[in-house]
Amino acid sequence: MATETTDVAGVCVDAGGSALGMPQLCADWMPNQIFWLLVTLIAIYFVMSRIALPRISAVLAERSGTITNDIAAAEELKNKAAEAEAAYDQALLDARAEAQKIVAEAKAEIQADLDVELQKADAQIAAKTAESEAAIGEIRAGAVKSVTAVAKDTAKELVAAMGGTADAKTITAAVTARMKG
Amino acid sequence: MAEEKEGGLVFHPLDQFIVKPLFGDGPVHWYTVTNLTVWMVIALAAIVAVFVMGSRGRAVIPTRLQSIGELIYGFIYKMVEDVCGKDGLRYFPYIMTLFLFILFSNYLALIPMSYSPTSMIAVTAILGFGVFFAVTILGFVKNGPAFLGLFWMSDAPAILRPIIAVIEVISYFVRPVSHSIRLAGNIMAGHAVLKVFAGFAALTLVSPVAIFGIVAIYGLEVLVCGIQAYVFTILTCVYLKDALHPAH
Repeated sequence: MATETTDVAGVCVDAGGSALGMPQLCADWMPNQIFWLLVTLIAIYFVMSRIALPRISAVLAERSGTITNDIAAAEELKNKAAEAEAAYDQALLDARAEAQKIVAEAKAEIQADLDVELQKADAQIAAKTAESEAAIGEIRAGAVKSVTAVAKDTAKELVAAMGGTADAKTITAAVTARMKG
Repeated sequence: MAEEKEGGLVFHPLDQFIVKPLFGDGPVHWYTVTNLTVWMVIALAAIVAVFVMGSRGRAVIPTRLQSIGELIYGFIYKMVEDVCGKDGLRYFPYIMTLFLFILFSNYLALIPMSYSPTSMIAVTAILGFGVFFAVTILGFVKNGPAFLGLFWMSDAPAILRPIIAVIEVISYFVRPVSHSIRLAGNIMAGHAVLKVFAGFAALTLVSPVAIFGIVAIYGLEVLVCGIQAYVFTILTCVYLKDALHPAH
């Protein structure tokens, strides 16, 4: 490795362009590094503090605000939905109660009508029964009378056939007595 | 970067850290535009792209780029808040600046043929000592002489207190050194090891192993780049907390 230095390359680089010792420790270059470092740092600082950081913090704040608002809105909507559900349930209950009431009313009405009709029917049946009984009584009375007449006639004819004579009065008395027995 | 010379391999793993003027071949003055300048500007451009272009839409539902910016913002914001407390949030832009510069420089340096500004001791020393002086001055401004209470363990046994105070003072002054060398050392070592493996890859016999080694070290470096940016930032927060609340 050549070790002679040239004025052009500086004291830290040999003629072949290789470093002599550590380039990090070359005092000739340090002012240059420090100067450009400071320039860069100041530039970064101004870009950051003037433009980038306020912008990013504003964006982050806006985002967290938006998220908070959205969550609040979602909460509100959820409450509304719960309210709507409760109202729906209430309406359903009301409707059911109403329906039951109507059903009960209808039943009562029908029952009342039925009762009236039944009573009417009963009365009619009773009237008809009474009429029939009267008719039957008449028929029965008629029948008894006919039987008596037939019995008198038969008795008179029997007595005549036997060769006896009997007046009507005796026969009637005898028939009546028999029919009672 | 290896070359066959007189039958032996010659590595120049540190050549990647040479500062070269971008235009011409002259000496490097403090204002010269160099390869280091280029990569710092690229880092700045990348930061602007992610944080300014990415958040241009100010969308409530973020785009991918915007959510990357928001993730980094939230990550550092929470770190500052957790470590330093609410009153540390005033210094959040400074800490964000440090973190972004280190993070983007580290990751951009993983691009082949790129230059890694954070591997330079001068760069990390300015970062580390900047934090050190800022925190020390802030501590005295905020707390006055009470800031020295940081070194006085009032709950330790009385005999031990002076000894602990000496140790605390030494450790306080070592902070910026370890703070800056940790970062530069990690990045420099990783890149140098990658270069050494790349040199071995030129030998037919060992090249499969060397290439596997490059892949493995590269994967490790991807971790190290993120972790070092995180470590630098969280240590800055811890030092800042000491300045704001020096009582143990």
